[in-house]
Amino acid sequence: MGENMGNQPRHSGATAAADLVHDGCGRRLSDGEFDRYSRQMIVPGMGKEGQLRLINSRLLIIGAGGLGCPAGQYIAGAGVGTIGIVDSDVVETSNLHRQVGHATARIGMKKVDSLITHLRGLNPLPTYIPHPFHITSSNAADIISQYDLVMDCTDNPATRYLISDICVLLCKPLVSAASVQKSGQLIVLNCPPAPQGLVDGKYPPCYRCCFRKPPPAGSMISCGEAGIMGPVVGMMGVAQAGEAIKILASALHVPSQDSLERNLLQPTLLIYTYDLESAVGPYSFRALKMGGRKKNCFACGENSTLTLSGIKAGSPNYEQFCSVPTSSCKLPPEERITAAAYHEARERGEIPEHILIDTREKEHFSFGSIEGAVNVPFGKFLMRAAVLKRDGGSGSDILPTKPANVDAPIFVVCRRGLDSQEAVEKLKELGVDNGGRRKVIDIMGGMKAWKEEVDPTFPFI
Amino acid sequence: MTNSLEAPTIPITVDFSGGLEMLFDNQRRYAVSLPATDANGKPANISFLIDHLCRTLMKDPRADLFVLDRHIRPGILVLINDADWELEGEEAYEIQPRDNILFVSTLHGG
Ligand SMILES: [Zn+2]
Repeated sequence: MGENMGNQPRHSGATAAADLVHDGCGRRLSDGEFDRYSRQMIVPGMGKEGQLRLINSRLLIIGAGGLGCPAGQYIAGAGVGTIGIVDSDVVETSNLHRQVGHATARIGMKKVDSLITHLRGLNPLPTYIPHPFHITSSNAADIISQYDLVMDCTDNPATRYLISDICVLLCKPLVSAASVQKSGQLIVLNCPPAPQGLVDGKYPPCYRCCFRKPPPAGSMISCGEAGIMGPVVGMMGVAQAGEAIKILASALHVPSQDSLERNLLQPTLLIYTYDLESAVGPYSFRALKMGGRKKNCFACGENSTLTLSGIKAGSPNYEQFCSVPTSSCKLPPEERITAAAYHEARERGEIPEHILIDTREKEHFSFGSIEGAVNVPFGKFLMRAAVLKRDGGSGSDILPTKPANVDAPIFVVCRRGLDSQEAVEKLKELGVDNGGRRKVIDIMGGMKAWKEEVDPTFPFI
Repeated sequence: MTNSLEAPTIPITVDFSGGLEMLFDNQRRYAVSLPATDANGKPANISFLIDHLCRTLMKDPRADLFVLDRHIRPGILVLINDADWELEGEEAYEIQPRDNILFVSTLHGG
């Protein structure tokens, strides 16, 4: 028990508290454990006590994707004794560049089973618990209550608010990370946890204290839409594992005067910005100082009415909280055409001379497009439209080509069929429809529909 | 608003991150000479800066991705010298020379 007490700073309060929480901290390590964990146990501050705390801990990873895979590898490697994983998805080929806990041979398998297969290969000693379904208002408390610490590796705001609220009510520390395209964020929340409503003095914030309101639904970009660089999300997942290991091994999550006084009182949001055009620079990583628990926080604040039974019964409604009603299509049917009908009309020679505008980003366009399509990325299109509106001038200046027939119809296609509708509206606003003589038509469902209805070999991304 | 050449300005840097740089010509850092006072002669604060950025720097017409009803839109954090603006007085914080103001949008992907 005492072999590495000498070279270690001790936090006697936390040690005592941890011993109360966990049984078995005084036991011997098996030979297998000793060999496997020796290199991390000799790190100053870690020791056998830290290792035993990890072995006696139960950790929940919610999301077995770009964050959960790299995080899971280090959590399993470090020997956290019980590891639960929640995810309802199956492995797809487009996951594999970043979701390194899966494998080509396991495409189509449930992600939780695939990741557990990988982790077990890495370290067979922990107990792995699959939860192969979505985390929802009705099951979240039952799952989270079985664990000591939660890692939020999910990909949407509604789930993030739900997980944080449950962690507040069940007094669980939460290590939260997110990443999209070329940016990543990480923050440790609710650690050490303090009961809801306790606001006098300094207590750590919850997710809602830091991010009071979600962004409007239309402004959010997902990894599927915006893309994601593997090492960026990987970096955030690994950092998440680092935080979780440190919290469990040092019992930073066990409420005590000692743990409150430590540096967790200075909540920090770490942001990582990855630039494809330059090497790592002084602003690639930034550590931002966040506030503590907020008196008026909806979840953890003074007059919070949030309860477990309320959440289970559907209040608050997380989906509603995170989504502003999406604008439904206002175009009349004669200004829209299905991808299949457009294709057939072309084949039959019914639309000889026309302009086909593709409003996807140029990276998407570069992988393939409909013959004759001209790329005008949506952002650029909107910008040009705004300039024309402001400075005046002929609306048709926005068109990429000038056909001889000034009434030649215009078709607009995008990725999934939303931007194209807006583009059609804008073109009409600019008078490009020549008072109705010229047709401006939206191709419904975008290139996704083109792949489904016309050309199954089309490289849609 | 006339005589802008003679009106005193405050030199600051403004950063955009988490995808917001897309609204500002894909440039992450701007050196800004902010007029020291607003139209009413009050010292320049964060509200005034946001207004100034919309008028002078924003290249993208989708202003509602940055401001809603003249306030910063939900889901954007404002950091004053790397500290959450709530620690500094939010929109009322009076800008000081050489301040760094960072706008970062909250991410949800994973
Ligand atoms: Zn809170």
